Amino acid sequence: MKVLLRNPRRELDVPGPVAVHALLERLSIKRESVLVIRADTLVTGDAVLHDDDVVEIRPVISGGAA
Amino acid sequence: MRCRRCKAPAVIELRRHNAGFCGDCFLHHCREQVRRAIDDHAMIGAGERVLVAVSGGKDSLALWDILLDLGHSVDGLYLGLGIGDYSTSSAAYARAFAARRGANLVEIDLPADLGFDIPTGSRAAKRVPCSACGLSKRHLFNQAAVDGGYDVVATGHNLDDEAAVLFGNVLRWNTEYLGRQLPVLPAGQGFVRKVKPLVRLGEREMAAYCVLRGIDYIVEECPMAEGNRHLAYKEALNDIEERSPGAKAAFYFEFLDKASHLFTSTADAAKADLRPCSSCGSATPGETCAFCKLRARATAASS
Repeated sequence: MKVLLRNPRRELDVPGPVAVHALLERLSIKRESVLVIRADTLVTGDAVLHDDDVVEIRPVISGGAA
Repeated sequence: MRCRRCKAPAVIELRRHNAGFCGDCFLHHCREQVRRAIDDHAMIGAGERVLVAVSGGKDSLALWDILLDLGHSVDGLYLGLGIGDYSTSSAAYARAFAARRGANLVEIDLPADLGFDIPTGSRAAKRVPCSACGLSKRHLFNQAAVDGGYDVVATGHNLDDEAAVLFGNVLRWNTEYLGRQLPVLPAGQGFVRKVKPLVRLGEREMAAYCVLRGIDYIVEECPMAEGNRHLAYKEALNDIEERSPGAKAAFYFEFLDKASHLFTSTADAAKADLRPCSSCGSATPGETCAFCKLRARATAASS
């Protein structure tokens, strides 16, 4: 599957099937800090991603502070 | 995973609530959390005019959307910071949202209207960029609200923002800031009321809200915020949250319930020493307010 990552923007090829939480663990990404989006739809940690999926892992942490 | 409310397939899991939600029930959850924050802390009275500070990011656009849906009278205020392509893009997202909702967006442009930008201002005043930016926002949002006759300024600070600021203030035992770290700052001394209606929602929830509502927002981080302390605190708290879901909410809300009142006298004492700025008239502890000093240094450096 194609996995799009942001900040910086980059793309990875990852073999499926793999559960969302396992994919995040493999990439050392904390669940609390991202959303996983497949075909414009959010997916939960137990969803299984397949070879032909295109997945965005979108960071949600933002903001500066004085 | 199934939705806690309607048992349809869930699209998001909130470990803090030990629950999953389908799209519709999640949007309902977000609106209810905002409604509850507004009611619990008496943030917005009936018929009051609200100015929401809009950055083009997920939190402020989601806040504007929810406040409109809850029936409040809300205009947006976008402040152009002069941070290159980032400012150009973020302004476009704010304008697109306003057009889509038929809402009124007030705009102030730091370079065009005040003669400096944040990169120049931070260098000239020897402040980190986030400090110069935050100072400018606080001053100009309040000024715009006073000038426009608004009763309330609403900002998109969410639970993660508040927990991270609290973490930083506790690390340094900054008692004056701890005394002011409240979801509502009352009006007075030339300041309109400031409210944070998103304090019951985390930033992951706000990003999910925007995805589910089809709200486009700037996903890229501000280039000037890279590596700042606030982001490091958020990452540290997310490490704790990963092991102990609900830790961030407990840290912040237990502070409000059990400790914030211990610091209000320090904050009140600091407020008692304020006087009008000799340049703009805003309340300040010195002769000239911090924003006017920043602007003077920045415009001198620009000329």
